Amino acid sequence: MICQGELTETSFELIAQARSVATQTGGRVVAGLVGSDITALAAELGGADRIVVVDDPAFENFSPDGHAAVFGSLIGDSSVVLVPYTSMGMDVASAISATSGMPLVSFCTAISVDGGLGATCQLYAGKIEADVTVDGDRAIFAVLTGSASADGGRSGGAAEVEQVDNPLEMTLRSTCLGIAEPEGGDVDITSEEVLVVVGRGIESEDNIAEAQELADLLGGAVAGSRPIIDQGWLAKDRQVGKSGLTVKPKLYLTLGVSGAPEHIEGMKDAETIISVNTDPQAPIFGVAHYGWVGDIFDLLPELVDKLEAD
Amino acid sequence: MDSVVLLRPVPDPVEELELNDDGSDLDRDYLGYVLNEFDDHALEEALLLKEATGGTLTVLGLGSADEMEQILYTALAKGADEAIKLGDELEHLSISSQAEIFVSALEGRSFDLVLTGVQAADELNGQLAVRVAAKLGIPHVSVVVGASADNGSVKVTKEFWGGITADYQIQTPAVLGIQAARQAPRYVAVSLIRQAQQGGDLSETDVDPPPDTSGVRVISVRVPEAGEGAEMIEGDEEAAATKIVEIIRSAGVK
Ligand SMILES: Cc1cc2nc3c(=O)[nH]c(=O)nc-3n(C[C@H](O)[C@H](O)[C@H](O)COP(=O)(O)OP(=O)(O)OC[C@H]3O[C@@H](n4cnc5c(N)ncnc54)[C@H](O)[C@@H]3O)c2cc1C
Repeated sequence: MICQGELTETSFELIAQARSVATQTGGRVVAGLVGSDITALAAELGGADRIVVVDDPAFENFSPDGHAAVFGSLIGDSSVVLVPYTSMGMDVASAISATSGMPLVSFCTAISVDGGLGATCQLYAGKIEADVTVDGDRAIFAVLTGSASADGGRSGGAAEVEQVDNPLEMTLRSTCLGIAEPEGGDVDITSEEVLVVVGRGIESEDNIAEAQELADLLGGAVAGSRPIIDQGWLAKDRQVGKSGLTVKPKLYLTLGVSGAPEHIEGMKDAETIISVNTDPQAPIFGVAHYGWVGDIFDLLPELVDKLEAD
Repeated sequence: MDSVVLLRPVPDPVEELELNDDGSDLDRDYLGYVLNEFDDHALEEALLLKEATGGTLTVLGLGSADEMEQILYTALAKGADEAIKLGDELEHLSISSQAEIFVSALEGRSFDLVLTGVQAADELNGQLAVRVAAKLGIPHVSVVVGASADNGSVKVTKEFWGGITADYQIQTPAVLGIQAARQAPRYVAVSLIRQAQQGGDLSETDVDPPPDTSGVRVISVRVPEAGEGAEMIEGDEEAAATKIVEIIRSAGVK
């Protein structure tokens, strides 16, 4: 998938994953590249064996029904189709499953080919892991970002490139009117060394002041999970995760964040992650380096006192 | 602008999830259910559209969870005109089956927009919004963070990431997968919910569960090892604070 003229990281992750499936099954990796004025990007997709390019002004911007229909026509008789579980992929994967009749498995972290086609999936916001299998020998997998290393999909030689004319005869039923980028705020959380990150466990807008006090003592900034931004308690540019920003600070301290896959996507590479949550099963403890099971409102005053005295 | 909102109960995310005896599914007998949080945003966006443009707002609730009626009465109290409960004895269904049930309930109704949450925590085989659109043969947009209607033309904002969004003009009827409403879902006084309950404007439609066509089968489920990788800090808040300060300092933060 392409965003603002560049291939997304997830494109390379999918190629890495497709390569591992192809190696086990003796198949080939075919990449579908759809956009306008994008043929040159095929040079970056050497990790694939073959690249099918649809380069047409109709696809200058992502079109939910247009991209779904084109990718649907490109899959041919492929047995394994990988789609990123991203904003664009969400409009594509289910649509091609509906038109092709191929089973679709969402929230995948790994694809398995031993003993039939299947996958490992993260359900219930990462609280449950499931092994699933599909009927038949063809399926579509919507793969969570970060499930494979993008570097693994970057290497490789020169793939065969095939140009295909825009196969669509339909008129697109949604027209892109324009793209908007968020306005930069006072703080750029991607360049902060310390982030104190509040989740729904913070309970109210007023309580964010306690997290701010801690962040001030550590010379850092406060960031939040999506619900905190949707509530309007923090500005959009403070959101970490899939639909927010990706951060890699020296210290990432979470307070009442459960650790949904969409959140983890944006912070798993932080150098030191400390998480506080009352729920010992919270998935955030799966990526944290240090965890404490307990109430943030008991901990915060103690922590502030200790840092002030330190 | 006439809208229909599709509502689904999901296991309450704050409850501990237990597995059934053979480890093939959650133990659903004791689960508490709540409205899927993204469906709640879909309802809010539909309420905002209704306030701005008039028209009708119908909510369809799927499934037999005890909580479903409460969810539907809450929607009526917030301003929905009509609430319909679909199915009484439905077991846990794949998204393909859910889409089929919603589509049969939508057939014969006239509407401009169908709104539902962009995802649910148990959507193992795809997005409901997109599957419903595909079955109806109408357009869809997922990850919507706002919609507006003007002279019968609908404009929606789709979010990509890092706050990057795109506006789309979309032909109606259409299905929207809502990520977040323009404002946080409203609260409604318990007294109004009770009033809606007494009004009894809830209708029920019986549904025969359709055969599962998802082609996806769960073999086993498990709870990922808690704190895999994380070193868990023991002790009370004071001990934890001391240890956390130590960790912070050794991470090179002054
Ligand atoms: C397309 C899409 C994109 C998304 N993008 C993002 C994104 O960019 N970023 C993001 O964060 N989410 C994103 N989400 C949402 C994501 O799925 C989760 O809903 C969200 O991350 C949950 O936020 P949370 O952890 O704050 O809330 P919850 O999941 O509600 O967790 C709250 C946690 O606080 C704990 N808690 C409660 N009280 C206390 C207390 N007193 N002390 C300690 N702990 C307490 C609870 O045990 C719980 O674990 C996206 C979803 C979709 C569908």
